[in-house]
Amino acid sequence: MSIDSVFVHKMWNDNELSKMVKGGVPFPMLSDAGGRVGTAYGIYDPDAGVETRGRFIIDPDGIIQGFEVLTPPVGRNIAESLRQVQAFQLVRESKGTQATPSGWKPGKTTLKPGPDLVGKVWEVWKTSMAFDD
Amino acid sequence: MPEEFKPGCARPTGGPVGEEPAKAGTEEPIIKKEEQKPMIQVGKKAPDFTAPAYFQGKFVNIKLSEYLGKWTLLCFYPGDFTFV
Repeated sequence: MSIDSVFVHKMWNDNELSKMVKGGVPFPMLSDAGGRVGTAYGIYDPDAGVETRGRFIIDPDGIIQGFEVLTPPVGRNIAESLRQVQAFQLVRESKGTQATPSGWKPGKTTLKPGPDLVGKVWEVWKTSMAFDD
Repeated sequence: MPEEFKPGCARPTGGPVGEEPAKAGTEEPIIKKEEQKPMIQVGKKAPDFTAPAYFQGKFVNIKLSEYLGKWTLLCFYPGDFTFV
């Protein structure tokens, strides 16, 4: 979503983005002329008249599980966004019985919070696990 | 399913769902309500909105709440044809 019109979205997709991504952008390119939606999400910059790089993870119940906002010159890390979605999906499927520690990604150890884990995280989780192998 | 629309000369816009439409020419004194700033917070509901969109060759209207039941990523960016 940006403040550009759907007409500019079409031109950008058809003339540039479709040359980077086969078939063009696979999701809706939303238009927020005036920034009213961006204002509701707290990421519209009225001085510059544009939306900043906000990214919101919304779960199947419509609840915001996470967000990130960057100023314009720095791009997002898509893999990190997908990792966070995978982590939230795992937590949701486990109905909150599992949690994903720092650096978790699919295949890595999860934590099972409970009385037995108090003071014992050091036994099952090492700081090296916070980093990619 | 998003509903397709035929664009006219006016730039189509959307906005937050549930906002009262602006009343034109009201003579009543306007009492400024304490503006309640919408607070974005994790664990809280994402503000619903409708917005026009370009999607696979068509102009459609998208409503966020149509995506209930799915994991959704909502991404904002400064502008088309910018570099990042």
